[in-house]
Amino acid sequence: MIRFESVTKRYPDGTVAVDGLSLEIPDRSITVLVGPSGCGKTTSLRMVNRMIEPSGGRILLDGEDVQQQPVHTLRRSMGYVIQHAGLFPHRTVADNIATVPRLLGWDRRRARSRALELMERVGLDTALARRYPYQLSGGQQQRVGVARALAADPPVLLMDEPFSAVDPIVRKGLQEELLRIQQELGKTIVFVTHDIDEAIRLGDMIAVLRTGGRLAQYAPPDRLLSAPADAFVEDFLGADRGIRRLSFFTSGGLELSSAPVVGEDDAPPDLPTAPYLLVVDGDRRPLGWADPKRRAAGDRTLIPYGRSFPAERGSLREALDSAVLSPTGWAVAVDGDGRAVGVVSQEAVAAAIRAAHAGQGGAPEDAEPAGVR
Amino acid sequence: MGEFFHVPSDLQHSYLGLVGWHLEEALIPVLAGLLLALPLAQLCVRLRWLYPPVLWVTTVLYAIPSLAFFVVLINWTGQSEITVMIPLTLYSLVVLVPAIVDGVRSVPEETHAAATAMGFGPVRRYLQVELPIAVPAIFAGLRVATVSSISLVSVGALIGNQGALGNLLADSMFYHRPILAVSSVVTTAVLAMAVDALLVLCRRLLTPWTPPARERGRGAPVSVPAVAEEAR
Repeated sequence: MIRFESVTKRYPDGTVAVDGLSLEIPDRSITVLVGPSGCGKTTSLRMVNRMIEPSGGRILLDGEDVQQQPVHTLRRSMGYVIQHAGLFPHRTVADNIATVPRLLGWDRRRARSRALELMERVGLDTALARRYPYQLSGGQQQRVGVARALAADPPVLLMDEPFSAVDPIVRKGLQEELLRIQQELGKTIVFVTHDIDEAIRLGDMIAVLRTGGRLAQYAPPDRLLSAPADAFVEDFLGADRGIRRLSFFTSGGLELSSAPVVGEDDAPPDLPTAPYLLVVDGDRRPLGWADPKRRAAGDRTLIPYGRSFPAERGSLREALDSAVLSPTGWAVAVDGDGRAVGVVSQEAVAAAIRAAHAGQGGAPEDAEPAGVR
Repeated sequence: MGEFFHVPSDLQHSYLGLVGWHLEEALIPVLAGLLLALPLAQLCVRLRWLYPPVLWVTTVLYAIPSLAFFVVLINWTGQSEITVMIPLTLYSLVVLVPAIVDGVRSVPEETHAAATAMGFGPVRRYLQVELPIAVPAIFAGLRVATVSSISLVSVGALIGNQGALGNLLADSMFYHRPILAVSSVVTTAVLAMAVDALLVLCRRLLTPWTPPARERGRGAPVSVPAVAEEAR
C-alpha cells in the first residue's frame, strides 16, 4: 500500500504544488489522481518514485518511507508510463521494453524473451520488435510504453497522463487494454489524468485535486458521481453526472419482453399491446423495427433500431442510451453473440433507474458497481 | 594531366603524400576539438549560466586570424604541424560545442523523465540516452568543422611549408606555375567532399533510428517533434 501522510511540495519561489495531501492507495487497484492543470497531480505522482522530493510529510510504501530507500532501486521497482510514451528513439521496440530488466542485470536473451512476452500481453505484434519508435503509431508507442513499465514485473505502476496524447478511439482501446491487463496482473496503479471521464472509466478510487494542490474528494467513482463533496467537484464532474452514474448499475435486472421479437419471414404475431415489432434475421440478429399493422398489410420496410445494449453485462446507462436512440423508444437487448434477447421501453428503463436509486438507500458506497464501466 | 599530379621536389612529398598529410593536419584537430567539446558541452548543459560565456569565448577564438595564432605559437611549438593544428582545434569548438549542446538538449523532456524514472543514474543516462540521441546533431557539427578544417590547413604554407596541399599554392607563385594552384584547390575541394560523404555514411550507419525525413536534411536534428514542445 502507498500512503501519503500530509505530503507538501513547496518550491523555493513560494509556489505550493501539493498542500498537505493525505491518501491511502489500496493495493492491486487503480487509483486515479484527477484535477485541472496546476493541481499538483503530476507532482504528487513523481514524489512516489522520488523524481520530486516532498518538502513536508512523507510517503510510505508498504510502511517504509520512500525517502529512506536507495533512489535507483526504488525507481526500478516501479513501472513508469509517461505522456507521449517517452520511448528511447535510438532503441528498438524490444530494447526499449527490455530497459529495466537490463538495468537489473538480466542477460540479453532473458530480457529479450521477456520483451516479446510483454509485447503480446499489451496487444502488440511481435513482428514490431525490431522497429524503431518513429516507425510506430502513437497508440503503438504508448503500448510499448506500458510494456516497458511492466517489464521487470514491478508491483507498482505509475502512469502520468499516459493516454492523453492519442486520439479518442485509440485512447478508448488503450483504456480497455489497461483494464484487461489489470485484471490479469493486479498491479497497484496510480494514474494521473485531467480527464474526468477517463478517471471514472478506469479508477477504483478517484482523488480529485483542486488548484493549489489540495485534495477535494477521495472516493470510488460511483460515490463521487452521486455525492460530490462540494461545488468544485460537482463542477469538475460536468453536467451529466446523473447519466454517467448509471454506468454503475447493471442492466441485468431489466425485464425484457421477447414477445415482439419476430423472425424475418414469420407471420406477424397477434399482439394488440405491442406498438412495434423487432424483426430479426435467421441468427436472431436485430434488423429493425416494423409497424405491426403495416407489416400485416405486406409493407416490409423497417425502421432502424439505433443501437443495442448487452442484456446481462451492460449498464443502465447503455440501456437508456439504446432506448433514447431508438426511434420507437424501445431498447434492444442482445446477448454476447449479438442475438436479440428482448426489448424494453424507455418507461421500463426509467422505472429500473428509480428502483436502483431507491435500492441504494442513500448509501451509494455500498453499491456493487456493474462490471462494465 | 601529369602536371596536375606533379609535385615540385622542394615540397619533399608525392601528390598522395600531400593528400595524406593534409588529411592528418585537418582531421586530428577536429578529433581533438571533439574530445574537448564533449565535456565542455556537457558542463554547459549542466550549468546553464556557463553556456553564453563559453559560446562567447569560442566565437572570439574563431575571430582571431590563424596568422596571429602562428605568431604567438611559433615561440613554443616552432614551424611545425602542431602550430597549424592548435588554432584549427580551437576553431572547431565554435561549431562543435553548440552542436553537442543542442543535440543533448534535443532529448525530449519525456524521454529524459522516463530514463530518470527507470532508475538511470546521471552518467548512465548521459552515455546511454543523451549522447546517442545527440549523434545526428553532433555529426552535423562534425561535418561543418571537418570541411572548414580541410580548407584551413592550407594556411600552414605561411610557416615554412606546413600547409600540406596549401604548399602547392605557395609553389605556384614561386615557380609561376598556375597548374599547381589549380591542383591545390581542386584536390582540397574533392578531399572535403569525400570526407563529408564519408561522415554522412557514418552517421547513417550509426543512427538507423532516425526517420527518413531527417536523412534528407543536413543532419541537423530537425527537431524532436512538436510533441516535445507541447509537453513543456
